[in-house]
Amino acid sequence: MVELGKYAGTVLLAYGVTILLVLGLVALSLVKGARVKRALEAQEKRMAKNG
Amino acid sequence: MIALLSRDIALAFRAGGGFGLSLAFFLIVTVLVPFGVGPEGGMLARIAPGVLWVGALLACLLSLDRIFALDHEDGTLDLLATAPIPLETVTATKALVHWLTTGLPLTLAAPVLGILLNLPAKGFFWLTLSLALGTPALSMIGAFGAALTVGLKRGGLLLSLLVLPLYIPTLIFGAECARRGAEGLATSTPVLMLLGITLGSVALLPFAAAAAIRVNLR
Amino acid sequence: MSIWEYANPKKFMQTSAWALPWVTGLAVVTLIGALIWGFFFTPDDFRMGSTVKIIYIHVPAAIMATGTWFMMLATSLVWLIRRHHVSVLAAKAAAPIGMTMTLIGLFTGAIWGQPMWGTWWAWDPRLTAFLILFLFYLGYMALWEAIENPDTAADLTSVLCLVGSVFAVISRYAVLFWNQGLHQGSSLSMDQEEHVADVYAWPLWTAIIGFGLLFVSLVLIRTRTEIRSRRLRALEARERMA
Repeated sequence: MVELGKYAGTVLLAYGVTILLVLGLVALSLVKGARVKRALEAQEKRMAKNG
Repeated sequence: MIALLSRDIALAFRAGGGFGLSLAFFLIVTVLVPFGVGPEGGMLARIAPGVLWVGALLACLLSLDRIFALDHEDGTLDLLATAPIPLETVTATKALVHWLTTGLPLTLAAPVLGILLNLPAKGFFWLTLSLALGTPALSMIGAFGAALTVGLKRGGLLLSLLVLPLYIPTLIFGAECARRGAEGLATSTPVLMLLGITLGSVALLPFAAAAAIRVNLR
Repeated sequence: MSIWEYANPKKFMQTSAWALPWVTGLAVVTLIGALIWGFFFTPDDFRMGSTVKIIYIHVPAAIMATGTWFMMLATSLVWLIRRHHVSVLAAKAAAPIGMTMTLIGLFTGAIWGQPMWGTWWAWDPRLTAFLILFLFYLGYMALWEAIENPDTAADLTSVLCLVGSVFAVISRYAVLFWNQGLHQGSSLSMDQEEHVADVYAWPLWTAIIGFGLLFVSLVLIRTRTEIRSRRLRALEARERMA
């Protein structure tokens, strides 16, 4: 493990916050994307069935 | 345009609300500050220019949604949009009315309120000048924000969120001018920048506001 | 083959479908590679100690924060001039990414500043400018959410983006004037890449590229979602009318 010295808390906190925010953004984007895709496919199927 | 101007001014005074409220709010905020930060004269003197600027700015903000809302509600805005005068002139006129009924009174009231906050003697002139130069920008920028949100039912908070960041440069230069003037320092830079912002806003934002109104009237 | 072909939603969906895995893969590899390189394999700075490692997240995030706004400006202009829905939807898609990058810049800036300046927050011109940028992103996104009609929302948010961009530039100078800065040429300036030694510069550039690829990947994903969303609305409306 790299020697972070007295600033270990600072550096790890900064990296931690960043990773959290990036993963959060990615997760939200993927979840919303999947939800909309599902809804669209359901809608298209329903309309194809009804003609 | 003159007809629109005089009509709107008459409405602002008659419609039993707009005019006095901004001044009253300005007074109340100014009175609240010493209760919040303590009555110590030296400190108040130092923060007076900034506090008065923020107070005036917030008081301006309060009356922004009235700029177009009343006309939008009764269909007058549609008429104005199709009238012979350009919509850009309409939006500029509305901003002018807002300044005459809000910004200008606030500017005139500021020195009086400055007494409450122990504003240094040198500061009175510069505070008034900076507000006189800056409040037209606040009215024009505010009119743009009002044009964006004119269609919305409860657009007041959104209007604030949109307009306040746009107000920041005007506030910075206005308050700096007032502060530096109060301390006897050179004020030419903030004065020029303030003038620039006001002139630029008045020249360009009527077009942006008119575009927003056309979109909202579609 | 011109870029305007991708203004066609169908073509955009097709192209982004095959491009996405590549961009994402490259983004992941580059970003993680850069951070591992910077975190484990670069020395401490004699003034800042190990906190110099924050540079690999703070600087790229800050660059993406402003870069995203420029992208939104360009795509909003394309919408206003040429009425390509894909363009304005890309702007809408990019906004949350830009806002997150701004937040990362603010948080890492504050966290880095604490041991360096002894305070969690300082009204330094750079941080203050990012705070204002954050407010601009917030306003832009709030306006999208507030307006029912998608085309009206597209128009109004685009105008806001335009006017906002002018004010953002003015604000930058106003803020510099307002606080001549903790940072005037001092050792505490965090983003003077020209003064950064090579040993830091290489992983930093890699990190910047990594964040950039991450941005592209996320914008593609989110724009695809917006396009689908728009199609969904159109289909629902058609169904209601039938």
